[in-house]
Amino acid sequence: MFVSYRWLQQYVDLTGITAKQLADRITKAGIEVESVEVRNKGIQGVVIGHVIEREQHPNADKLSKCFVDIGEGEPVQIICGAPNVAKGQKVAVAKVGAVLPGNFKIKRAKLRGEESNGMICSLQELGVESKLVPKEYADGIFVFPSDAPVGADALQLLYLDDEVLELSLTPNRADCLSMIGVAYEVAAILGRSVKLPTIELQENDENVHNYISVRVDAPEDNPLYAGRIVKHVKIGPSPLWMQARLMAAGIRPHNNVVDITNYILLEYGQPLHAFDYDRLGSREIVVRRAKAGETIVTLDDVERTLTEDHLVITNGKEPVALAGVMGGANSEVCDETVNVFIEAAYFNGATIRQAVKDHGLRSESSTRFEKGIDPARTKEALDRAAMLMAEYAGGEVVGGVVEVNTLQRKEVVVTITLDRINNVLGTTITKEEVAGILTNLQFTFTEDNGTFTIAVPSRRRDIAIEEDIIEEVARLYGYDNLPATLPVGEANPGKLTPYQTKRRKVRRYLEDAGLFQAITYSLTNEAKATMFALETAEPIRLALPMSEERSVLRQSLVPHLLEAASYNRARQVENVALYEIGSVYLATNANELPSEKERLAGVLTGVWHAHVWQGEKKAVDFYVAKGILDGLFALLGLENRVEYKQAKREHLHPGRTAEILLDHKTIGFVGQLHPVVQKEYDLKETYVFELDIEALLKAEVDDIRYTAIPRFPSITRDIALVVDEHIVAGELQKAIIAAGGELLKDVSIFDVYKGDRLPEGKKSIAFALRYYDPARTLTDEEVTNVHEQVIKAVEQQFGATLRG
Amino acid sequence: MKERLQQLQQEALEKIEQANDLKALNDVRVAYLGKKGPITEVLRGMGALSPEERPLMGALVNDVREAIQQALEAKQTKLEQEEVEKKLASEAIDVTLPGRPMKRGNHHPLTRVIEEIEDLFIGMGYTIAEGPEVEQDYYNFEALNLPKGHPARDMQDSFYITEEILLRTHTSPVQARTMEKHQGRGPVKIICPGKVYRRDNDDATHSHQFTQIEGLVVDENIRMSDLKGTLREFARKMFGEDRDIRFRPSFFPFTEPSVEVDVSCFNCGGHGCSVCKGTGWIEILGAGMVHPNVLEMAGFDSKKYTGFAFGMGPERIAMLKYGIDDIRHFYQNDLRFLQQFHRV
Repeated sequence: MFVSYRWLQQYVDLTGITAKQLADRITKAGIEVESVEVRNKGIQGVVIGHVIEREQHPNADKLSKCFVDIGEGEPVQIICGAPNVAKGQKVAVAKVGAVLPGNFKIKRAKLRGEESNGMICSLQELGVESKLVPKEYADGIFVFPSDAPVGADALQLLYLDDEVLELSLTPNRADCLSMIGVAYEVAAILGRSVKLPTIELQENDENVHNYISVRVDAPEDNPLYAGRIVKHVKIGPSPLWMQARLMAAGIRPHNNVVDITNYILLEYGQPLHAFDYDRLGSREIVVRRAKAGETIVTLDDVERTLTEDHLVITNGKEPVALAGVMGGANSEVCDETVNVFIEAAYFNGATIRQAVKDHGLRSESSTRFEKGIDPARTKEALDRAAMLMAEYAGGEVVGGVVEVNTLQRKEVVVTITLDRINNVLGTTITKEEVAGILTNLQFTFTEDNGTFTIAVPSRRRDIAIEEDIIEEVARLYGYDNLPATLPVGEANPGKLTPYQTKRRKVRRYLEDAGLFQAITYSLTNEAKATMFALETAEPIRLALPMSEERSVLRQSLVPHLLEAASYNRARQVENVALYEIGSVYLATNANELPSEKERLAGVLTGVWHAHVWQGEKKAVDFYVAKGILDGLFALLGLENRVEYKQAKREHLHPGRTAEILLDHKTIGFVGQLHPVVQKEYDLKETYVFELDIEALLKAEVDDIRYTAIPRFPSITRDIALVVDEHIVAGELQKAIIAAGGELLKDVSIFDVYKGDRLPEGKKSIAFALRYYDPARTLTDEEVTNVHEQVIKAVEQQFGATLRG
Repeated sequence: MKERLQQLQQEALEKIEQANDLKALNDVRVAYLGKKGPITEVLRGMGALSPEERPLMGALVNDVREAIQQALEAKQTKLEQEEVEKKLASEAIDVTLPGRPMKRGNHHPLTRVIEEIEDLFIGMGYTIAEGPEVEQDYYNFEALNLPKGHPARDMQDSFYITEEILLRTHTSPVQARTMEKHQGRGPVKIICPGKVYRRDNDDATHSHQFTQIEGLVVDENIRMSDLKGTLREFARKMFGEDRDIRFRPSFFPFTEPSVEVDVSCFNCGGHGCSVCKGTGWIEILGAGMVHPNVLEMAGFDSKKYTGFAFGMGPERIAMLKYGIDDIRHFYQNDLRFLQQFHRV
C-alpha cells in the first residue's frame, strides 16, 4: 500500500510530524514502512505555462515554436518537440534556470536557429514512471486543466512535492489497504482524530429499480451486492488532484468515471466496478457461479475460460465481469459511455482467491477481497462514488440503491480485565493507560472495575479475542517499555537425550578422524533416490516439483555425497573426506507419513595421508574406510558386536565391499565405488559407506566398569598359518579366540603373505596371541597347552598348517 | 725419592691434560696408577727407607696418587661431556621443516551455529525436541492456527506430496506435536532445530532447503516480558554481552501478540554500518505469545496456560556471523568453504 503523505493529511492532522517521522512511528507501532519515497527527484523552477501561440519551427518538421505565458511579463519563446503541444494548453514549463531530475539544468538555448527560453515538460521528464502516465499523454507533454493558474508551482499541483510511504502489510492488517484505514492507525498512534470524507448526495426523482434489478444466486460467495445508476455522465479527465493522488498511489489515471472507482477503492478500501449501463445487454444483474467452459473477455482483452469455482456477474445471460477480479470488455466504460451502473459488493475472499490463482490475475480489487474488506463501508463508498461522478463527470444520480444483502453481521465484543493484560505482558500498565489506548484506536468500550468491554469496529476484522486486544495495547504502549524478565516456575535441568549426546560424539569422532561434515539436499531425482539405499521403498514424489532434479525424496545419503565429491574434484580439490548424518524417507502407505530414518554416510577419495618430505603418502583404500568405522564402533562400545561380511551390492566393487552387521543384523555397508559409477561421477578410486545410525546409537551398551590393571607379565606367541586363499582372516581370528579361552586376551594380525614362497592357492596369515592371567604369572607350560589347542582348532576347522 | 714422586705427578698431570679422548686418558691411568706403573714401583722401593721416613713417604705417595686420580676423573667427566655434545651436535635437525600433519575435519558451519544455540538454551533449562521433516498438513498448518484457505498460507509456498502430506515449511509442527504429547500439562520448554523446505528457487538469498530453530515455553504465568528477557539473554550470549534487543510488532498466525526481534548490530555496536544497513539493528528472530487456538488445539487450557515461541534461521545467523554472502555455500559442500570453520 502506497500512502501519500499529502493525501493522508485530508483525514488526519499531521502538523509537526514529517513523513519520515511518521514512517518511524508507524513501523514501531506494527506496520512496517518499507520506504519513504520523496517524489521530487531534484526538480526546481517548473511552473504552469499557457501556450499563447504555436507555430511550426521554420527549420525542423518535428519541432514547434511556442509562445508561453509563464506569469512573468511577456510570453517566452520555447521550442518544443512534443507532437501534442497546441495553442491554448496549460503545460508544465521548466523555466530558464530550472533543474530537472538528474541535475539537468535548463539554459537559454538555440534550437535549429530558433531561441528557446525553457522547456515544456512531459510527466516522465518530471520523474513520473511511464506506467503511471495517462495513456493519451504517454508520448507527449501533459496537458493541465484549463483552470490551472499560470505561474503556479506545477510540482505542487501534480503532488510531486509529496512523499509516499510504502507500507508492507501483514495479512491481518487488510484494514490498512485504504487511506481511511491508515488514517485510523495513524490517529491511534498520534492520539489525534480522524476526519472522514463528507457525502452529500443529490438523487433525482427516478427510482433505480426502474433501471435495473439484482439477483444473487450464490449468496455465500456474495453476501452483499449494491448498485447505483448515474445518468448522463460526460467521460473526460478527472480533476487534476485526483489524477495526481492516483499516480502517487501507483495507479494510472484513465477517465473520470474509472478514476473515481479507483479513488474510492484507495480511499475506502472498497473495490467498485463501473459498467456501461447501455452496453450491459439487459436490465438485470445476476450473480452466480460460472458454468464450466463458459468464457469471458476481460478488460485486458484476454479470453478466459471459466469453471464452476469462479463467480461471475452476468446480465442474466452471459458474464459481464469476473467478480471481484476484473470487468468484462463487453460492458467496459468507454469514451461514448453516457449512463453508468456502479457496483459495490462484498465477495468472499476464498472464492476470489481461487479465481486469482486459476487465472494468474491479481488486481487492486482482488487483493482487497482476498484479504477481507469492511462491509460496513460498502454502501458509503458507493454513495461517495456516485456523488463524485455527479460532481466530476456531470452525472445525475438516479434515486435509490439496488441491493441484495444476506450478510449476517455480528458485532464483535471482547471483554478483558486489566489483570489479564498485565499478566500476559508482564507489565504494570494502568487502567487509564489502557483506556487511553482504546480511545485513540476509536474503539467503543466501557470499563467497570478493571474489566473492559470493547466493541470492535468492523474495519478491524483482525480483532476477535482477548489476545488481540492485548496486542493492540502492547504495540501502542510500546514494546520498548516492556520489561525483560525470565520465566519463573519449576526449573528442570536442560539436557540432551542419550541419542543426541551420542550423535554429537559420533560427529566429533568422525571429524577428529579427518572427515568434514556435509549437509546435502533431501530432494533428488528419481534415479538417485534409491541408489545405494540400505532399504528401498516406493519413491516419494512431490506433487508439484520445481525441477526433476529435486522431485523425489532420497533413500540414501550416498548419491549426494558423491555429487559433492565430484563437485570438489571438478574444482581441483582432489582429496575428499566427507560424512553426513541425515534422514532418508521410506514410503509406507500412500496416505501416511513415510518412515524417516537417520543415516550416517561417508565418501573418501584421493590421498588419505601425506607427509611428502618424509616420504609418507597413503591413498584412501578399503582399510582406511574400515578403520574409521572400526574406531566408530569402538567409540560406541560395539566393537565386539559388529561383523564385516564380504558382500555384493549394486554400484559397488564386487570384490571390495562388506556388509556390516550389528548383533547379526545388517546395518550398513562399506565398499569401493564400482568403476562404472566412479566414471559417471567423474571420480577416481572412491570408497563409500552408509550405516543405520539409529541402530548404532540405540544399541544398549553396558556402562564402563573398571577392570584391574595387569599386575603380572603376559606372554606373547606368534603363529603364521598357511591356509587356502579363500579363507578369510576374520573367520580364523574368531576360531582362535574361541579356542584360546580365558587366558587368550588379545589376537592381532601382523602379516599377510601370498606369493612365490607358498604353494599356488595358499596364503599365510600371521597372528600375535597374547596370553595373560590377572591372578598370577603364567608358566610357559600353561601357555603352551592353550596355544597347542588353538593350533589344533585352526588345523581342524580350516586345514591350516603352521608356516615353517 | 720425593723428587721422583713430584716429577711423576708433574708428568702425569701433563699427560692427562694432553689426553684428547677417553682411550688416551685410560692409557695415562694405566701407565701411572697401574700395577706396573712408576708409583707402584716407588712404593716397592719404600722397604729401603728408615721406619721414621716410611710413614712420611707413604703419605706423600698417597697425596700424589690422589692428585692424579682427581685429575683423571675431572678430565674423564670433561671428555664424556664433550663426547655427548658432539653426538648431539651431529643429531641436529631443521626444526623449520613441516610437522607430520594431523588429519582433522570439522563441523559444518550450520551445525556449529545450531550446537551453539542448543547449548545456550540447554543452559537455560531447555531440552531439544525433534520431529519428522515430512509432515501432515494438520501439524504444519492447522494445529498452528492456519486453517485451509487461510491467507497467510500464501506466505509460505510448500512442497506437497499429497493433499494432506508435505515437507514441513517450518519446525513449528514439532512444537504442536510436543505440546500434544504433554496432554495439557506444563511446563513445556523446548527448542526444535531441523531442516525445513519451501518452494523457492535457489539463489544467493533463497534455498528450497534450509534450517530453523524454534523455541517454545508453555507454563502457567508465562509473560511476554519473559520472552523479552529470554531472547535478550540469548542475544548477549550469542552475539556479545553488550547486545540489546528490541521488539517490533508483527504478525504470525500462531502467535498473538507477535513481534519481530532485532539485535543491536554486533559489527558496529549500533552506530550503523553495512552489516545492519545503517540502522544499528539486525533482524534475527520472529516471536510471540502462543496463540490461544494453538494451545487449545494441542490440549492446553488457554485460560490457565500461556506460552511464548520464537524462531530463527541458522543460515542467516551464520551468514551474519561469518560474513557469508551466498546461502548456496551451505549446501554445495565445497571443501574450500567447509575447511574455513576448523577453529575456535
